[in-house]
Amino acid sequence: MPEIRLGDSLYSCGNGETVLECLERHGVAIPSSCRSGVCQTCLMRALSGDPGSLAKQGLRETLQAQNYFMSCVCRPAENLGVALPDQAGLRTRGRIVEKTFLNERIVRLRYAMDTPVDYRAGQFMNLIGPLGDVRSYSLVSVPGVDEFLEFHILLLPGGRVSGWAYTQAAVGDESEMLGPHGACFYVGGRPEQPMLLAGTGTGLAPLYGIVRDALSQGHTGPIHLYHGALKASALYLVDELRAMAATHPNFNYVPCVFHPEGAAEGMQIGDIKRIVLDREGGVAGWRVFLCGDPELVRELQRACFKAGAGLRDILADSFLPNRSPSKPA
Amino acid sequence: MSSIYEHIGGAPAMDAAVDLFYRHVLSDERICHWFDDVDMARQAAKQKAFLTMAFGGPNNYTGKDMRVGHAHLVARGLNDSHFNAVAENLKKTMEELKVPANLISEALAVAESTRNDVLGR
Ligand SMILES: Cc1cc2nc3c(=O)[nH]c(=O)nc-3n(C[C@H](O)[C@H](O)[C@H](O)COP(=O)(O)OP(=O)(O)OC[C@H]3O[C@@H](n4cnc5c(N)ncnc54)[C@H](O)[C@@H]3O)c2cc1C
Ligand code: HEM
Ligand code: FES
Repeated sequence: MPEIRLGDSLYSCGNGETVLECLERHGVAIPSSCRSGVCQTCLMRALSGDPGSLAKQGLRETLQAQNYFMSCVCRPAENLGVALPDQAGLRTRGRIVEKTFLNERIVRLRYAMDTPVDYRAGQFMNLIGPLGDVRSYSLVSVPGVDEFLEFHILLLPGGRVSGWAYTQAAVGDESEMLGPHGACFYVGGRPEQPMLLAGTGTGLAPLYGIVRDALSQGHTGPIHLYHGALKASALYLVDELRAMAATHPNFNYVPCVFHPEGAAEGMQIGDIKRIVLDREGGVAGWRVFLCGDPELVRELQRACFKAGAGLRDILADSFLPNRSPSKPA
Repeated sequence: MSSIYEHIGGAPAMDAAVDLFYRHVLSDERICHWFDDVDMARQAAKQKAFLTMAFGGPNNYTGKDMRVGHAHLVARGLNDSHFNAVAENLKKTMEELKVPANLISEALAVAESTRNDVLGR
């Protein structure tokens, strides 16, 4: 069995066990959240041994070069010497400069940062809540266009961080953040490539950022954005998106609601997945962005792949819930 | 030509091969549930690692890596029938890529040589 060295201690890794599971089994507390290789909360650095390519998949190159890896998806084949990074280079602090309610459950926070963050719209930051919980939130703002970092946060019942953001957070409050992370963002160079974007709830947050980024970079190909919600009152930014569609002929916005009550003209009614598939048909050669509810993201990924999109052209951010076993005090 | 990897055009051609192979795997009821990752990018990386290895491209996987890398799947019931299905899809992919028959046999032999490690025996 491979052994994991952390500081002066050696831990024996069970068959098929991840580095994170092994250390936790031995009583070492490690921050984690999605436990699926997405959020990068469980980052570690390999001092010796090879953590394998899958554990580095999605990390930006500078981190990969320094042998960072995600311990929740690392099943080591050989002995590893690891260090818990202080993530000093990723840590920043911001101050809330604006708080606005976008609908009855979604709040927008805008932060002014102490030091500039080098990011792309659609990436995410790991925000540290006032009680030490780490949660990922997508970046809506567009660098070079907006001076602040913007997040859209959906209030969840009993939500430790979303509850704070919705209820207590106030202009002037400070938050620590780690990041940016993630590869779900617009890349220039193919301005004519058609784009399909779909998401539910605050899955719109990264998508809105990506659309604004693409338009500000002069994207000319068609951009089709689908935003789904259970009912019309759970949609948000409807007027803003309609105005954008009116001024940019290549941008098409399709609000989708599951229940017809309160639906306004132009809203599609039904399951967003069906609506997208019925309206789009083939998406060979398209670039696809899917964000929000993990089940929807998973189903649409597969459906879009089957409808012809290349694997490398499908970018997704599943809003996976926090699954860490220990809630930090 | 020393390997399929070179035959199909090396690294740049791998993305198309990965798409083709993954389309087969996803439509194969026998095994698609093993490849149900939350994230397509991770999925693509896995498929690419698999194909690069099977096609004799540059990789540094050892038998031990295959053993450790699949142990959690064996614990959930990975068996010969799944292995055979993956090999079939691999064969189909190579035929569609017009890989010569002798190279196909070679790649299937490479895959076969990992059977006991993959299945943890
Ligand atoms: C890459 C990434 C990007 C994200 N971006 C955003 C974003 O831009 N905006 C945003 O609002 N959220 C986003 N999330 C989700 C976010 O990180 C938190 O998971 C979410 O805000 C809940 O945290 P909490 O502390 O409020 O709830 P918790 O205290 O962790 O959970 C409270 C309760 O809600 C349940 N729960 C958790 N998630 C869900 C869910 N999705 N649906 C139903 N019940 C749930 C939990 O099981 C628990 O019972 C993102 C997640 C990831 C991984
Ligand atoms: C032909 C023999 C096989 C070879 C050569 C092979 C090769 C590989 C390689 C190279 C990886 C990446 C490992 C890493 O980088 O960490 C991998 C992972 C994986 N393989 Fe295989 N594989 C084989 C058979 C199978 C079979 C039969 C299945 C299931 C039907 C399977 C399912 C998986 C899965 C799910 C992963 C991802 C594991 C994870 O997420 O940790 N493999 N395989
Ligand atoms: S990436 Fe490991 S906990 Fe999220």
